[in-house]
Amino acid sequence: MNLHEFQGKALFAEYDLPVSNGKVIYDAEDALKACRDIGGSKWVVKAQVHAGGRGKSGGVKLVDTPDEAIEFSKNWLGKRLVTYQTDSKGQLVNSILIEECTDIANELYLSAVIDRDSQRVVFIGSSEGGVNIEEVAKNTPDKIIYEAIDPLCGAQGFQARKIAKVLKLDAVQTKQFTPMLKNLMKLFVEKDLSLLEINPLVITSGGNLHCLDAKINIDTNAIYRQPDIAEMHDPSQEDPRESEAAKNDLSYVSLDGNIGCMVNGAGLAMGTMDTIKYFGGNPANFLDVGGTATQERVSKAFKIILDDPEVKVVLVNIFGGIVRCDLIAEGVIAAIEEVGVEIPVVVRLEGNNADLGSEILSKADIKIESINNLGDAARKAVELAK
Amino acid sequence: MSILVNKETRVIVQGFTGSQATLHSEQAIEYGTNIVGGITPGKGGQTHLGQPVFDTMEEAKKAVNPNASLIFVPAPFCKDSILEAAESGIELIICITEGVPTLDMLDVKKRVDELGVTLIGPNCPGVITPGEAKLGIMPASIHMPGMVGIISRSGTLTYEAVKQTTDLGLGQSSCVGIGGDPIPGSSFIDILKLFENDEQTKAIVMVGEIGGTAEEDAAEYIKNHISKPVISYIAGQTAPAGKRMGHAGAIIAGGKGTAADKIAKLKECGVHIADNLVEIGAKVAEVINS
Repeated sequence: MNLHEFQGKALFAEYDLPVSNGKVIYDAEDALKACRDIGGSKWVVKAQVHAGGRGKSGGVKLVDTPDEAIEFSKNWLGKRLVTYQTDSKGQLVNSILIEECTDIANELYLSAVIDRDSQRVVFIGSSEGGVNIEEVAKNTPDKIIYEAIDPLCGAQGFQARKIAKVLKLDAVQTKQFTPMLKNLMKLFVEKDLSLLEINPLVITSGGNLHCLDAKINIDTNAIYRQPDIAEMHDPSQEDPRESEAAKNDLSYVSLDGNIGCMVNGAGLAMGTMDTIKYFGGNPANFLDVGGTATQERVSKAFKIILDDPEVKVVLVNIFGGIVRCDLIAEGVIAAIEEVGVEIPVVVRLEGNNADLGSEILSKADIKIESINNLGDAARKAVELAK
Repeated sequence: MSILVNKETRVIVQGFTGSQATLHSEQAIEYGTNIVGGITPGKGGQTHLGQPVFDTMEEAKKAVNPNASLIFVPAPFCKDSILEAAESGIELIICITEGVPTLDMLDVKKRVDELGVTLIGPNCPGVITPGEAKLGIMPASIHMPGMVGIISRSGTLTYEAVKQTTDLGLGQSSCVGIGGDPIPGSSFIDILKLFENDEQTKAIVMVGEIGGTAEEDAAEYIKNHISKPVISYIAGQTAPAGKRMGHAGAIIAGGKGTAADKIAKLKECGVHIADNLVEIGAKVAEVINS
């Protein structure tokens, strides 16, 4: 789960990390009060969306008067911001962060991820901030440090000093950085983060370290023990079908094609998409209906798939393991009738009692193509989608 | 021979009296698996599926001396259960549960490595040695004792590979689902080592998917240390970047973990690639017969 910048910064503040004084507004009318409360004569206004690249797309602006802040808020609230990280529809802006202006002397980069190779939380630091870190890693790898933190010991001072060297911090900044690293690690563990990125981490004209941005992802598996963070969830930033699927405990990802897919198991769901592509078609979605493909779950899955107007045919691919295929077949038929599916449905059942399952499908009153071989089923779906 | 589990394996089931554990333990017992008891805190002293229930692993260890544990407890309690098993001296722990917080797994992995315990999973279908023992949720009927060792990050994809090798009469020595999480207890490499040393295994099928670099690491290991033919299929060639495809570990992040990269590396290291899911079995037969 992703957080907005203002939510990330609130967490930073909770962990004594240096962030700008700011206010989040949901209504352009509130911009004036926010500017006055913050004080000063210059402000940064930032559209809040779950995507990077906002600055280049006009979603971040430096303003000299509260009127400009109001204007900016009026322009963006309720609109969709398209950046190089979003799709062509962009992300809905429903809040604006107004912050005091920070004078920047230098931009640095700091992030932390769960590194799958070392099986540690790894901090990544670079003296090159404000840019795409993957480019820095490719072109100037010597400007990047990777520091792994032992899960049982936590972040140590020597590790902060090592990173500080690569960030080219002076003695005062290094002293600021040591508690900062420890607090970031504490935040990472206590709030179950899967990613934390400060890009840029800046040195102000006064010579102090300051977190100018905050990108935080939370481990979805751990949301159950983070009730405060669960409340920060903003469904407007997600594909509506993906949100609806998640509510029903189905795993769904929207794609560009026209062949709807309903599969049990995440790996097999990807494999089914690949098979469709292999035979010249294009999958409309990834959907894992789960281990027990009951009528109720299949019905919900059909509703979500059919909500996509591009879908011309649905390919159902179920490997009946524990649940017998004849029961699955009955569930699929009942679901098709319940939902009122009008486009062609190709069903491939394999596993326990697959033959009996196919027989039930072929005898049904509704139009279903029952094909036991996955290759043939995918080919049929591709043909029907043309 | 086979790897990890056989008829002799003495299995304790953690979370024994829960509905999933009950369903799958019943099927495992029917398959001939030597389940010697289970653990459900608060239900010690009861009998479930004809086997004793204990409150703690320590009691179970003394009473029925299990050497493998099969875990079905809910995700919030998996860290506790895995560590309880590991600290008790159990040699093999198989955790089926999906949804274990990743940071829990960082701690767990470090501790099981220190103790020298083998952990399979979490978020996996388990391990089966056809004809001998089934520690997991896989459908028994598609398996057949034979010569192919199967390792996979995905449950249902494992079943596809199993079914295809059974249909062609090749059968399986053992099948290991290492799970779809970012921090798995055992890696492809850990299991490849075991299959290399197993006489019954003549060829190895490795089913991978997008996310991470476990397949690339395995490719390098295969090139240098595995003499048996390895056939691989990688799922997610059509998966978009930045989206979690069901499994917590199946995500292309920062340009890393694409199917194309994995396939290229595997080919470079001499691994046979099944281009399509439906051709895994045929590819194995082709490689074995060549």
